[in-house]
Amino acid sequence: MSSVNISAKIKNNSGFYWTISDIWEMAKRNLIRYSRQPVLIGVTFIQPVMFVLLFVYVFGGAIQTPGGSYVNYLIPGIIIQAVLFGAVQTGVGLSEDMKKGLIDRFRSLSMSRSAVMAGRVTADLVRNVFVLAIIMGIGYAVGFGVQTSFGEALLALVLALAFSFAMMWIMAVIGLLVKNAETTQVGTMVITFPLVFVSSAFVPVETMPDWLQAIANINPVTVTVDAIRGLLITGQYTPDLWQALIWIGVLLLVFIPSAINLYQRST
Amino acid sequence: MMDGSVQNKKNGIPIITVKGIKKAFGDVQALKGVDFELQAGEVMGLLGPNGAGKTTLIRILTTLLKPDAGEATIAEFNVQKHPQSVRSVIGLAGQYATVDEELTGMENLLMIGHLSHLDKVTTRNRAVELLERFSLTEASSRIVKNYSGGMRRRLDVAASLLMRPPVLFLDEPTTGLDLRSRTEMWNIIRQFKNDGTTVLLTTQYLEEADQLADMICILDNGEIVARGKSEELKRQIRGGVLHVTIAELSQLELAIKLVSSLNSQNPEIDEVLGQIKLSVSDGTISLMDVVRKLDENKIKIADIALQRPTLDDVFLTLTGHKTSEKKIVPQKKSSLLKKLATGGRS
Repeated sequence: MSSVNISAKIKNNSGFYWTISDIWEMAKRNLIRYSRQPVLIGVTFIQPVMFVLLFVYVFGGAIQTPGGSYVNYLIPGIIIQAVLFGAVQTGVGLSEDMKKGLIDRFRSLSMSRSAVMAGRVTADLVRNVFVLAIIMGIGYAVGFGVQTSFGEALLALVLALAFSFAMMWIMAVIGLLVKNAETTQVGTMVITFPLVFVSSAFVPVETMPDWLQAIANINPVTVTVDAIRGLLITGQYTPDLWQALIWIGVLLLVFIPSAINLYQRST
Repeated sequence: MMDGSVQNKKNGIPIITVKGIKKAFGDVQALKGVDFELQAGEVMGLLGPNGAGKTTLIRILTTLLKPDAGEATIAEFNVQKHPQSVRSVIGLAGQYATVDEELTGMENLLMIGHLSHLDKVTTRNRAVELLERFSLTEASSRIVKNYSGGMRRRLDVAASLLMRPPVLFLDEPTTGLDLRSRTEMWNIIRQFKNDGTTVLLTTQYLEEADQLADMICILDNGEIVARGKSEELKRQIRGGVLHVTIAELSQLELAIKLVSSLNSQNPEIDEVLGQIKLSVSDGTISLMDVVRKLDENKIKIADIALQRPTLDDVFLTLTGHKTSEKKIVPQKKSSLLKKLATGGRS
């Protein structure tokens, strides 16, 4: 029977091999899709450039930061702002996938069930590597410079990716809950805007009213931006680095299982 | 009620068995205990109006949905206990093309092949072969978003054939297609029979089930109300209707008298067309009788036709409503939109 012939051609690899292969296949799919959506590419890459130019040349002059150079203060904030806004796309993409018949196709295949989400997150991490490269490029063009070692700078970028990874799972949960791309896009602004602006991303927390400072100081964006600032500029990154890693760890522990649970339950 | 599965049992173990499957969505009982069996190589048509439970049943059999009660096996694998094994023997083409619109036809097939864990060489060869078979070779490097409805549906079916699954589920394969694309799809489905693939297809079109299926199950309101071969189902409505058109209207009265003498029932008359409609208990014999009687009396017949009952008549008799009459049941907004999009044809 023909089915026997074909099963002989199925590669005999371990479950782990196929899980990785499935995730890569899904990541590839999402990267191809991104490459064919010029508007999305524009938003992803032009937005951080605009923010850099806007803050350096428009607001920058009015903002006093410790250490003098506002560009050096700003770039770590821009990095986190860009990956946080970009993470929304993870939720939007997932909610779009769930709406279409394609998800039924994936579920009827003998592929790894987690690959749909893991593949999207992987694609979004790859995208973020390019986003970071663009920000560093525009940063250097307007006077930014790493003041620490190469190893510390690399650690800063890895921390930014880890932070974006945690944010993606939050957005994944929202996307799976609301199941609608437009609602996800708008709904997540309620989270992203306070997170980014009530933090040390663009201005020193000390300039805020006391009650807002209290919030800003425990904001994961603040601790992560401060840790990256330490790793790129001042060389002083403890205890911010540990606080950032704890935040990332806790968020992942909460949101990865929630996302998987929601994904498995939604039909 | 006729049970066509009885005569098939001699072939051995059925490839699909469905026993007492029930499923409710909130207060709506979508499936109220469905049973049937399907032998390897057969094509079964699951016929019913929108909201009858066809898609729910397909989703349960393809491991996408868990039933509330009952069991089902495919190639002896239980759909609930061994979903991964079931997935390795089935292909599914959904009601709405389940391919990625942003990818090309070829990219879609390669992705699905790899996700089905076929090796790269086999996947590519299969993809090329299937694109050729479904006349999509030229369109293979075009993005699916720019395909016509028929092309999209053909790609969808091609995608479900990558693994050469012995069992294929086609959920409303022609809904929303134009006439030409529908005919193409019918030819594709007929080929599966030659390949020995077992096919379970759902349809709202009586003609489609009649044309393609060896076995028909009529699903209405979550229950199978009739099953059997198309001919067997039609025979459940005995006889047929004889339409006799008399060439000269002056002879109509005599013709009516003669025809009435053959049959106890009063015939229905259309005086303008000169047509006599006569319900006959046994079509073939009465047809001959009528022709002979009229000919003996030198009455010229313009046209004579015996109209066999259609599956429409069967459906109407069994369910009390036509397939095109949609019942209002609580549905998701999306399915209402779908209904509008397809115009609710039957």
